[in-house]
Amino acid sequence: MFGYTLEEVGNIVVMQGFSGLSLFSVLLLMALGLAIIFGQMGVINMAHGEFMTVGAYTTVFLSKLAVEYDFVKSYFVFAIIAAFIVAFILGYVIEYVMIRHLYKRPLDTLLATWGLSLVMQQIFRSTFGAKEVSAELPEWLLGSFQPTEGIDIPINGVFVMGLALVVTVSVYLFMFRSRGGLRVRATMQNRIMAGAVGINTKQVDRVTFALGCGIAGVAGAAFTTIASTGPTTGSLYIVDSFMVVVFGGAASLMGTIASAFGIAQAQSLLQFFMTSSMGKVATLMTIVIILMMRPEGLFAAKVRK
Amino acid sequence: MRNFNEYCKLKKGLAAYPIACAMAGLITMSQVFAGDFPTAAVNTTGLAVTDSTVKVGILHSATGTMAISETGSIQAEKLAIAQINELGGILGRKIEVIQEDGASDWPTFAEKSKKLLENDKVAAVFGCWTSASRKAALPVFEKDNGLLFYPTFYEGLEQSKNVFYTGQEATQQILAGLDWIAKEKKAKTYYLIGSDYIWPRTSMKIARKHIEQHLGGKVVGEEYIALGDTQFGSVINKIKLKKPDVIYAAVVGGSNVAWFKQLNAAGLNAKKQSMLTISVTEDEVLGIGGENLEGFYSAMKYFQSLKNANNDKFVADFKKAYGEASVIGDVTQAAYLGPWLWKAAVERAGSFDVDKAVVALPGYELMTAPEGYVKVDPNHHLLSKLRIGKWLKNGQAEVVYESGLIQPDPFPKGYQ
Repeated sequence: MFGYTLEEVGNIVVMQGFSGLSLFSVLLLMALGLAIIFGQMGVINMAHGEFMTVGAYTTVFLSKLAVEYDFVKSYFVFAIIAAFIVAFILGYVIEYVMIRHLYKRPLDTLLATWGLSLVMQQIFRSTFGAKEVSAELPEWLLGSFQPTEGIDIPINGVFVMGLALVVTVSVYLFMFRSRGGLRVRATMQNRIMAGAVGINTKQVDRVTFALGCGIAGVAGAAFTTIASTGPTTGSLYIVDSFMVVVFGGAASLMGTIASAFGIAQAQSLLQFFMTSSMGKVATLMTIVIILMMRPEGLFAAKVRK
Repeated sequence: MRNFNEYCKLKKGLAAYPIACAMAGLITMSQVFAGDFPTAAVNTTGLAVTDSTVKVGILHSATGTMAISETGSIQAEKLAIAQINELGGILGRKIEVIQEDGASDWPTFAEKSKKLLENDKVAAVFGCWTSASRKAALPVFEKDNGLLFYPTFYEGLEQSKNVFYTGQEATQQILAGLDWIAKEKKAKTYYLIGSDYIWPRTSMKIARKHIEQHLGGKVVGEEYIALGDTQFGSVINKIKLKKPDVIYAAVVGGSNVAWFKQLNAAGLNAKKQSMLTISVTEDEVLGIGGENLEGFYSAMKYFQSLKNANNDKFVADFKKAYGEASVIGDVTQAAYLGPWLWKAAVERAGSFDVDKAVVALPGYELMTAPEGYVKVDPNHHLLSKLRIGKWLKNGQAEVVYESGLIQPDPFPKGYQ
């Protein structure tokens, strides 16, 4: 077939399938935090990428400690937890200081959070230096897994995939199977009624926003294994994150998952058969056309207007 | 010019005086010296030159995406200027720096150039990094007859009276490197991959012509990645299918880090795959991580690990000024040459006037360059060598090949 042996083609199909799944988990991790903040709260958080960067720097910082105190093998697990906590606390504070004053002015949140992203980038630059840094990764995260000769499955890809699964399931359980999630959904659906039955809606807002930021932090920590950590790293992810959330239908968790899957598979295939940049263009065009036909996204919430 | 050599001897003598005298000595001396070059004579075009000082501009991005790359250039230029001042300045005048921030935004570069040239009347500007920023600033320099020293290796196809290019133009960086890898790895098939903008595209065009017409090789794939794209799964699979002898890469920025990390994770490391890149210097290795690069090759004119007396001193001075952990990449070294070349131009001309300095510089040989030796060509680029560095796990490169001096050729015939 086209001058390649059947085995070669088979190997590529397997690896290509994996690379599509791996892109899917990356997009899903990027978008989950935003799906909560934008989807549930309606806050356009342009600083979402910077919360990922917070997670990434936390990981790099811990990796330095790990090298010094010799726990490189296990630190990555702590790093993910630490990234969540740091980004969560930061999100909590920022909601209190800034976001809560802007709930009634959604367009102003866009400007304010964009400003916040610039401020955060400059803080990263002043604190950690302008140059990119890399986290020392444990051996078990490096290299590839070879089921047969000719097939390489990247271990960091498997790791990101596993993490995406864990985070998605946790978010689902929290949102739909816990009292906390019930309060969040109640507040977002009808704030006044939720307040009337005794839910502290302001507290709910703060925790929801912080949770979204915390998940962004986890994503950032995971991405240190596959991409860069620098002051402006976050800006690489922000467009893709919004794309996934908007395409999926802002208020739906299932929509986000379906959208991440669709975009990832389309992009991965198109990039294989076309050139890389043309593949991306074709994916974006498709999204634009579908959004023109379904402005609410793939999974629109059925509500009376 | 007439007293310049005598002055240098005098200065060396004075420097041995006790510190208490030295300060007074230096002041008197520069006055004496500046007296040899009266301001009215060395500055006939109204530049910011006084009897004891001369103003220059530094124009790089200290903020925004490009700060990652441009910070090293700023540091190197400031270091060179401080060293020149320690030696007594230029024509007896201390250099004062006005630093402006291009903020990774190309129109800002034009605006700040205008400010530096028209309001501050600086005698020279050391700056710009990306081609886009240089292209934005160039019309301003040509209109106001300014003088720009540009440090980055770039795609060529440009030559201006008002610019000196201290990095390599494309043919200097590409041809010798490809020749080397074709011979060393007996490479027949090449996969070209770069970020999607002017420098990689022009470079790959030159590389393809050279591979096909001069090396008798074959390009089995050519791929451009959108700037900032961090997902390489599909591209890597294509490479695995085509099995090129050599990957020739010019990926930049955040994509570069992702490219090498994912390549390695997909099992394409130096043991299985040869790669020559023209976009990785010591600065990039910080972000990519030495373990992901180990065994791959970079074609550059300078590596921090170069062994020569000039470079030993330069590395020591740089680390003293900016910390033991700092690294020096190709462009940082090229930026360091800027102020020294300008000093030579002004001293050879005996004048700060741009028209005179520009004519005086070509033909000058800088013996103290950390890269060893460079000569200024009449086409405003430098004659320099090309080196191939093999990356080690510790983030430094081992120089495995060094070419002879290569003539710059910004408009290469047969490659356009």
